[in-house]
Amino acid sequence: MRVFYAVVLLAAVLVLNFSLMHLAPGDVADTISQSMGGADQEILDKIRADYGLDKPFLVQLGHYIGRVLQFDLGHSFFFNQPVTQLILQRLPATLLLVISAQILALVLGVVLGVYSARKPNSIANYFVTFFSLFGYSAPVFWTGILLLIAFSLKIPWFPVAGMRDVTISGGFWIQFWDVARHLVLPMITLSSIFIALYSRLSRATMMETLGADYIRTAKAKGLSNRQVIYKHALKNSLSPVITQAGIQFSAMMSGAVLVEAVFSWPGLGTLAFQSIIARDTPTILGILFFSALVVIVGNLLTDLALRLVDPRVGGRK
Amino acid sequence: MSDPLLKVQNLRIELTTRDDVVPVIDDLSFELAAQESISFVGESGCGKSMTALAIMGLLPEKIGRVASGSIIFDGEDLTQASEDRLREIRGNDISMIFQEPMTSLNPVYTVGEQIAEVLRAHQGLGQQAAWTMAEELLDAVRIPNAKRRVSDYPFQMSGGQRQRVMIAMALACKPKILIADEPTTALDVTVQAQIFDLLNDLRRQTGTSIIMITHDMGAVAEMSERMIVMYAGRGAEIGGVDEIIEKPLHPYTQGLIACVPHILATVSAERERLLEVPGIVPSLREFGKDQCLFASRCPVRTDICLQKRPPIETDPSGHSVACWHGKDAS
Repeated sequence: MRVFYAVVLLAAVLVLNFSLMHLAPGDVADTISQSMGGADQEILDKIRADYGLDKPFLVQLGHYIGRVLQFDLGHSFFFNQPVTQLILQRLPATLLLVISAQILALVLGVVLGVYSARKPNSIANYFVTFFSLFGYSAPVFWTGILLLIAFSLKIPWFPVAGMRDVTISGGFWIQFWDVARHLVLPMITLSSIFIALYSRLSRATMMETLGADYIRTAKAKGLSNRQVIYKHALKNSLSPVITQAGIQFSAMMSGAVLVEAVFSWPGLGTLAFQSIIARDTPTILGILFFSALVVIVGNLLTDLALRLVDPRVGGRK
Repeated sequence: MSDPLLKVQNLRIELTTRDDVVPVIDDLSFELAAQESISFVGESGCGKSMTALAIMGLLPEKIGRVASGSIIFDGEDLTQASEDRLREIRGNDISMIFQEPMTSLNPVYTVGEQIAEVLRAHQGLGQQAAWTMAEELLDAVRIPNAKRRVSDYPFQMSGGQRQRVMIAMALACKPKILIADEPTTALDVTVQAQIFDLLNDLRRQTGTSIIMITHDMGAVAEMSERMIVMYAGRGAEIGGVDEIIEKPLHPYTQGLIACVPHILATVSAERERLLEVPGIVPSLREFGKDQCLFASRCPVRTDICLQKRPPIETDPSGHSVACWHGKDAS
């Protein structure tokens, strides 16, 4: 059932994206003519006819959807490559960035949240509160640039940009280490807001859970503090955090666009940026489509994770 | 007579409120013999649950503390025991069941796991042995089809069943004392009777002493040999259940008993409606005062009640009362 909804949602995204792009002024013909140094109306019309841009809106939409159903997202005018191929080249880099940032944010956020919930009056708690407020209000690109200045220029621990060093070659582990080194700063930048968000959320839910009757029961059983907190309280506090992480997955995808731009990370975000400047409609649409796909899959995974954590979710008999 | 299993002496528990430190338990003493059942009776806010939490060493952190007095369990003063030692005792030698079966079980673990976990913590049982034992315990608290229900989650059970699970959990390690804090308040009347039967049977089988906390005089009569009537953090009257119900000395006890609709067999002309003890328990701010705290609601109040706290007087049978006019009643 949920999968069915996901497909309908995806179709709606497709139609909406296409319509919105169509409404925006300017098309690829303008870009091509500009790069040629200007063109007269006759040539513009010819380019539009070549790319099928002179047909009525509904016909174009129909063609587009028909092609998407065959997993063909069109051909990029600007990059001169099939869009699907273009995106599949870039998608792994973005997924790597987004997923590692999400994991970092979840782990660190929950750890900080639990810690500050246990010690509500400690200095560490005020530090967490301050840090999350800071992380929450600092713009991503600004954090990114600051980190770059600090840890790439002043203290050269990490590379400035990109995902790989072209001069490095070697076995899997050498390459892995190279990518990991490049990943650190973008990952921290992207996750900063979310660390803040998750730590505040898990702090709040943890405090609430620690006051629950079943926590008193667990203490009355003579369990150790560690068991009371990490077994009984934590699992109950996770549901809201997981739900939030699912919702924030899309925010993370759009955050990745900025982070990729700052760190020249060769992912979808950079591609989106380039193709928007070039008015490369098929590529933009393809990226939007894939982003929607990733978000929807992310939400399905969230549902699954929730079922694992809380037996009351889902129709268990 | 040998030493009692539990001996509470001059216990004083202070609660830190926003602007004051108040004694929620003030100079409370009582004893509990092995295999005995004793009931704490009184209105909400009289300190019954506080006493229980103090015995468990679970007073709310940073807010409540034992200011003076001692709680001697098996020759060991629990007020001086380390947190690690208390953890060994909790759930093993002294265990507790709570008022709210709906929320007292962890919703995300199976009931079997929640029972087995106590056994693993205190009896050193392995995963498999603890689970088998949990099945047997569920069967012992009369949950039908225990073998299957043991892997149910709490939300798949009714309130009465959850309270049975709580009881199974509390009795898992065969504790010497079971504290039952209003175990049936949240349950249907018919289920209440079943739970009392169950507790009585288990008590006979295991020889566990029971401390019952309740405001239900019927439950007291059914469950206990002795009772402690508490009022505003102080012991008002302590004695045998039959004796107190027959001949209550403290005006508060008299009021409480008069409130029970079915204790008098016939509805007479002077007792046709439901009775109440007029007024309410004084606010925490009044708790430390050197006077009888029940005076504001008392039908037999005189001047001395407002000037000095009444001493506890005990008659030869062990029936004690804290009232300036306790003698008059007899």
